[in-house]
Amino acid sequence: MSHHLVEMKNVCYDYPDGTRALQRINFLITHGESVAVVGANGAGKSTLLQHLNGCLRPAEGEVRIGDFPVTKQTLQDVRRSVGMVFQDPNDQLFMPTVAEDVGFGPLNLGLSSAETEERVDSALRQVGALHLKDRPPHHLSGGEKRSVAIATVLAMSPDVLVLDEPSTGLDPRGRRQLIDWLRNYRHTKIIAGHDLDLVLDLCERTLVLAQGRIIADGPTRDIFSDQRLLERSHLEKPLRLQACPVCASR
Amino acid sequence: MAGIEHSLFDLSALDTLAYQDSPIHRLDARAKVLTVLVFVVVVASYDKYAVLVLLPLLVFPVSLLIMARLPVAFLLKRLALVAPFALLVGMFNPLYDQQVQLQLGGLAISGGWLSFLSILLRFSLTIGSVLVLIAVTSFPAICHALGRLGVPWTFVLQLLFLYRYIFVLGAEAERMVRARSLRSFHGRGNGLKIYAALLTQLLWRTLERARRLYRAMLSRCFSGRFRLLSTSRFGRKELLFVVGWSGYFILLRLGSDAAAVRSWLEGVF
Amino acid sequence: MHMADALLSPQVGGVLWGVTAGTVAYCSRRVRQLEDDSTVPMMGVMGAFIFAAQMINFSIPATGSSGHLGGGMILAILLGGPAAFLTIASVLLVQALFFADGGLLALGCNIFNLGFIPAFIVYPFLFKPLAGADPSRRRLFLACLVSAVVALQLGALGVVLETTFSGISALPLSSFLLVMQPIHLAIGLVEGVVTAVVVQMIRQQQPGLLQLATATPARPVFSWRRTALALLLVSLLVGGIGSWYASSQPDGLEWSVAKVIGGELDSTSSLIATLDNWQQRIAVLPDYDFASATADNSLWSSRFGTSLSGILGATVSLTLIVGLGVLVRKRNQR
Repeated sequence: MSHHLVEMKNVCYDYPDGTRALQRINFLITHGESVAVVGANGAGKSTLLQHLNGCLRPAEGEVRIGDFPVTKQTLQDVRRSVGMVFQDPNDQLFMPTVAEDVGFGPLNLGLSSAETEERVDSALRQVGALHLKDRPPHHLSGGEKRSVAIATVLAMSPDVLVLDEPSTGLDPRGRRQLIDWLRNYRHTKIIAGHDLDLVLDLCERTLVLAQGRIIADGPTRDIFSDQRLLERSHLEKPLRLQACPVCASR
Repeated sequence: MAGIEHSLFDLSALDTLAYQDSPIHRLDARAKVLTVLVFVVVVASYDKYAVLVLLPLLVFPVSLLIMARLPVAFLLKRLALVAPFALLVGMFNPLYDQQVQLQLGGLAISGGWLSFLSILLRFSLTIGSVLVLIAVTSFPAICHALGRLGVPWTFVLQLLFLYRYIFVLGAEAERMVRARSLRSFHGRGNGLKIYAALLTQLLWRTLERARRLYRAMLSRCFSGRFRLLSTSRFGRKELLFVVGWSGYFILLRLGSDAAAVRSWLEGVF
Repeated sequence: MHMADALLSPQVGGVLWGVTAGTVAYCSRRVRQLEDDSTVPMMGVMGAFIFAAQMINFSIPATGSSGHLGGGMILAILLGGPAAFLTIASVLLVQALFFADGGLLALGCNIFNLGFIPAFIVYPFLFKPLAGADPSRRRLFLACLVSAVVALQLGALGVVLETTFSGISALPLSSFLLVMQPIHLAIGLVEGVVTAVVVQMIRQQQPGLLQLATATPARPVFSWRRTALALLLVSLLVGGIGSWYASSQPDGLEWSVAKVIGGELDSTSSLIATLDNWQQRIAVLPDYDFASATADNSLWSSRFGTSLSGILGATVSLTLIVGLGVLVRKRNQR
């Protein structure tokens, strides 16, 4: 487990109706890396992420987390070590209060009430949301919900953090706080989404998905400056890398 | 449509009250649930013509109202909102039961009017106490209390999920209704066909939501067994609350009967 | 229509609380035994769906009024009996607490009327046999319609019987029935049409969902005897037990006069006096019981008459409903 590898070998997946969703996916992510998964709507990003903690199983190929292949036997270990932050915090915050929600994972890991309380407090403190502890999720703002959703995952002390479109629904300041927080988070991160500016800030490496295949895998800056690649996958150069229209016309 | 947004709004307003802080709010939910149950049963056990003897019972909801600093007007409005059924049925009492039961000076009051008044009072007491209960106790706390009082956890847990997703799905339904009304004119678009389509759409979204929710649970190592953090304790204060109030209710109840019996005996002999 | 605490005696409320509590325990066990542990979150979310669905309404043609979904039958069709029962019970509990619909004592009645009846009487004994394993469009439509109407009729009957046996409302059984049943026929028809149309749409778009509920039981031959027996049992249970308790409650006129006057006389000093010498007063209680036993033989018999007519009324309505079911079934078989 010491290497915290995330690896996919020849992974294929079919939707229940038979269409192919993932086609021979191969990659290896090592400890401490911060990797973005980008692509058009329906390119297979979410499907790919769901393989990382065994919510979906590949039709062919193998997913490895740490030193284990993801199988029925290793599922609990995999889910503990891969923390998944969902796109819609409302899906993730299903318990009636913040504390109970954050405690849900630790309790399932078999920790005692006292240990769980400790974990809850420290996870909430890490994301700066300790004051929300006794609130019900429906009384939280979008940014607060996102923070708490991340805390629910941190409370299980994962080795790998997976985030699906983490900046959806955040106001600019909330988004900035999230980026700052993620930058300081030192473990392996896998971030999916369309927010390429965020990717540029956080991820040194990017995978580009199109129609269920990886069409590019390399340093983020290289990929974002390949205009044709971006167009092919319905993406746009981050604003910061585009020529400024005001300055350019001067 | 205004009504719709209103009901969701009212729900969350009541819900917000429960998260305030007061000595009553801080009591363990079990104490409050038990006391209100005793209260409701005692109120219901009074004779159908009981009016004045019910009045001392008002002390319970009113004193909680004051101690918990609840907004009286808001709760009264809620009370009035749900009155129709009891009123409707009670209204027939004066028609069917015209036997004179009480002479107040020159005024003869029939049994029907007395029992009608009694129904009104019962209604205010029972519903009022429930409204106060939910305004001083958060719904999750009530669910926990139910579980710790012996209600099966399966039931309690899905109740917790229900509470959590009322707000999410309610907002979704609200958006759908708004979208429909923005494109409906002269009553067109409000028919059954569109309605059913809307409902089915909402159902798909609900099922999709349930699937994602379950996935989120699995992602956090859910393996079929729920464990909950529980912090509040049933201490001396709680015991005092339950025993004190229940004792008061029961004494009043017994007292009202004894008084009736005595005066009846005095009348006979 | 929700039963209200204000119209309910503790005896009737208590009996139905008992029935409801037992059913909740039974259903919880059944749900826990299921292989699929996603059922619990599914039930919770479906309960929230019923709330959300009730926020949407539609205008009923030519009446100027609007209707919406009650939801009992849809839940039963989608989730099956036990899960549907628990879900309806939770919806009613939330309504009782947040919307002050009915109250806590009446909760047992409401869960019985709106939960037990659709989930354990109408769904298994009426809907399933009417719909069969693979119904035609028309048959499914009719099955939904009839089930929803019957469920609401029985529910309304429940409210009437519970109110009558409680003896707080002076409304005679017959007039109450005359008011409630037709109103609920109208509500039931609306509910039925909505249920039918939605179920139809579910079947068109995701037939697998319905199969879950309809395929497993696979009891093609429908036993009318069983149905009738079950319905009879329930009505007798409600009628018999309810009336038994109601009749043991002394509320004769003389008694009431005494109480009202007693309350009136005592009101000025009632609290102080009560607290002062309550011990002495409790000692009077044996007399009270004794007196009530001797005072009203006639009252007891009139009570008996009431409950008898209650059971009679229930039986007549049930016969009508079952007859309607037979007719529909005959038509479908043709």
